[in-house]
Amino acid sequence: MTEPTPLQNDTAATQTDLQTAAANRSEARITPEEVAKVAKLARLRLTDEELTRFTGQLADVLEHAADLDLLDLDGVEPMARPIPLANVFRADIPGPLLSREEVLAVAPATEDGFFRVPPVLGESE
Amino acid sequence: MTSALEIAASVRAAERSAREVLDEHLAVIAEREADVHAFNLVTTEHAIAAAVAVDELVAQGGNPGLLAGVPVAIKDNLCTRGVATTCSSKILQGWVPPYDATVVSRLAAAGAIMVGKTNMDEFAMGSSTENSAFGPTRNPHNLSLVPGGSSGGSAAAVAAGFAPISLGSDTGGSIRQPAALCGVVGVKPTYGTVSRLGLVAFGSSLDQVGPFANSVAEAALVCEVIGGHDPGDSTSIPQAFPSVSDHLSDGVAGMRIGLITEMMGEGISPDVAQRIRAAAECLAAAGAEVEEVSVPAVTYGLSAYYLVAPAEASSNLSRYDGVRYGLRVEAPTTGEMMELTRTAGFGDEVKRRIMLGTYALSAGYYDAFYGTALKVRTLIRRDFDTAYERFDALLSPTSPTTAFAFGDKTADPMSMYLNDVCTIASNLAGHPAMSVPYGVGTDGMPVGAQVLAPALGELAMFRVAAVLEGSLV
Repeated sequence: MTEPTPLQNDTAATQTDLQTAAANRSEARITPEEVAKVAKLARLRLTDEELTRFTGQLADVLEHAADLDLLDLDGVEPMARPIPLANVFRADIPGPLLSREEVLAVAPATEDGFFRVPPVLGESE
Repeated sequence: MTSALEIAASVRAAERSAREVLDEHLAVIAEREADVHAFNLVTTEHAIAAAVAVDELVAQGGNPGLLAGVPVAIKDNLCTRGVATTCSSKILQGWVPPYDATVVSRLAAAGAIMVGKTNMDEFAMGSSTENSAFGPTRNPHNLSLVPGGSSGGSAAAVAAGFAPISLGSDTGGSIRQPAALCGVVGVKPTYGTVSRLGLVAFGSSLDQVGPFANSVAEAALVCEVIGGHDPGDSTSIPQAFPSVSDHLSDGVAGMRIGLITEMMGEGISPDVAQRIRAAAECLAAAGAEVEEVSVPAVTYGLSAYYLVAPAEASSNLSRYDGVRYGLRVEAPTTGEMMELTRTAGFGDEVKRRIMLGTYALSAGYYDAFYGTALKVRTLIRRDFDTAYERFDALLSPTSPTTAFAFGDKTADPMSMYLNDVCTIASNLAGHPAMSVPYGVGTDGMPVGAQVLAPALGELAMFRVAAVLEGSLV
C-alpha cells in the first residue's frame, strides 16, 4: 500500500485558498528593481518601457505559480530529470572530432585558430 | 495525398523516382508557401542531390531505406550540416552547423529527403509560432488563424502537403498542440527514446524530438527510424525504440483507458470536450474499458513548468554571447559586446523566459521557486503512476481550444501559456503522449485527441491512436 500523496489532501483547495495564496504572493510581487537586477545578471539591457512591461508580465506568471504554495511538499523528493540515468560514460576510444577550421569558419571573429573577443578588462561593472 | 509509406514502397520498387516525388512536393510548396510560410528555408538544391542519390542507389540494386524518397521538413532547431539553423532567432544569424543532429542523419540514412527547415517560435518558446523573428506561420486550414506552436511550421508543412512527414520538438506541447490545431498526427515520445544530440537545447530535462504525419502509421515508422539509443546523448535510453508499427491493428479490446477529469472541465472549450467524450465512446465501442480518472497533480503542472522550463532555458541560452557563433554586436569590451548582442538578438518572449528562469534560480528564491517546482514534478509523476496502476493509457484534449486568431494572446503571455495546460504534464513526467485528429469544433477547425501513456508505453499509446484514427474513416 503506497502512502497517499500529500496533494490528495489538497484537492479540495477552495477558490478562497487560491486567492489568499495569490494575495500573499502578490505582497511580494516582483519589483522593477528586482527585474532590473535579473536582467543585468542575464546580460540583457531593458528600456524603461520594457522594464515596466516585463515586470507586470513576470509578476503575473509568478502570481499564477502561487498555487504551488498550497501544496504540502514535506518529504517529497525533487525530480530534476525524468529518467534515472547517471554517470553515463562512453568507451575511452578516440573518435572523430569537429574540425577546428569548420567551427571557426562560422565564428564572429577569430585569430590564430582562436575565437577573438574585445578586451575583457576595462569593464565599467 | 500520397503517404510516406506508399512513396517509400514505390521508390524502392523503382515504380517512381525520388526525383519525381520531390518535384511534386516542390510544386505544392511553390504554390502555397507564400501564404503559409511554413519554412525558414526551402533546401531545394540539397533535396535534389539527395533524391538523385536515392535514385542511383535504387538503379544499382541497393537498399535505399525505409523512407526512400520521402520528403521531410525539419524544425529549424535541429542542426543540419552545411544548412543554416536559426531557431527562428536573430541571434543565430549566419550560423551554419558543422554537424547533423542524430535524428537528421538517421532520416537521411533511411532515404528521406529534407526539403526545408521549418519556422517556429523563437527557441521553441511559444504556442502560436508568432514569436518567430521571421514572421508567423499561418494555419493551412484557415490563413487567418495560428497553426499553434512552437513547431507550427512543421505542423503546417504536413497539413499543407509540403511533405508527408516532418520533425518537431516538444518541451511542453510544442509537437502535440500544433498537430491538433493543424489536424495532423503529432508524437512526443518517452524522454530518452529519441536522441537530443543536435537539437538546440531549451529545457534539457523536458525536450524531446518527434514526428508529424498525416497518419498514425507514418508517425510510428518515423519514430522507429529516428528512435533508439544514441551514445552521443547521455540521456538516451540504451534500447531500441518500441516496435509499434507491427501492432497498429491490434485494437483496444480489453484495454483500460482513463479520461482525465482535470482536463475536461474549466478552461476547456465545450466543443473540444464534446469531441473528446466522443473519442472515449469510440474506444469503449471498440472494446476498451473506459472510465474517468482523476490525476490531481496535473492541475499544478502549468505553474511547475513555467518555473522549470525557464530555469533550464536561462542556463541553456547563456551560451549565446556573441563569442563563438551567430550574431555579434561590436562594443569596446567583451561584457558590453555580450549584453548588446543578447539584447539585439533575442525577442521579447525569450527575454521574458530568461529573466523568469534567472529569477527562479537566483539566491534567496531558488528553494521557493525552482526547488518547489521540482517537488511538484515528483507529485505529478506519482499521480500518473497511481493512474497507470489501473489504466493502460489515458485520454484528454490536446489543446483547450481549436486554432485562434493572430494577436489574440500575444499581449498577455499568461493567456498564451494556458494553451499548454493539457500537454505540459507529460513533459514534466517524461512520459509519451500524442495528438491524433478527432473531428472539428463548432468553427470547423481541427480538434486533437491526446493519448497519454506511461514511460515506454508507446505500444499502448499507438494502438489507442490507431483505433481513434480508424473510427473516423
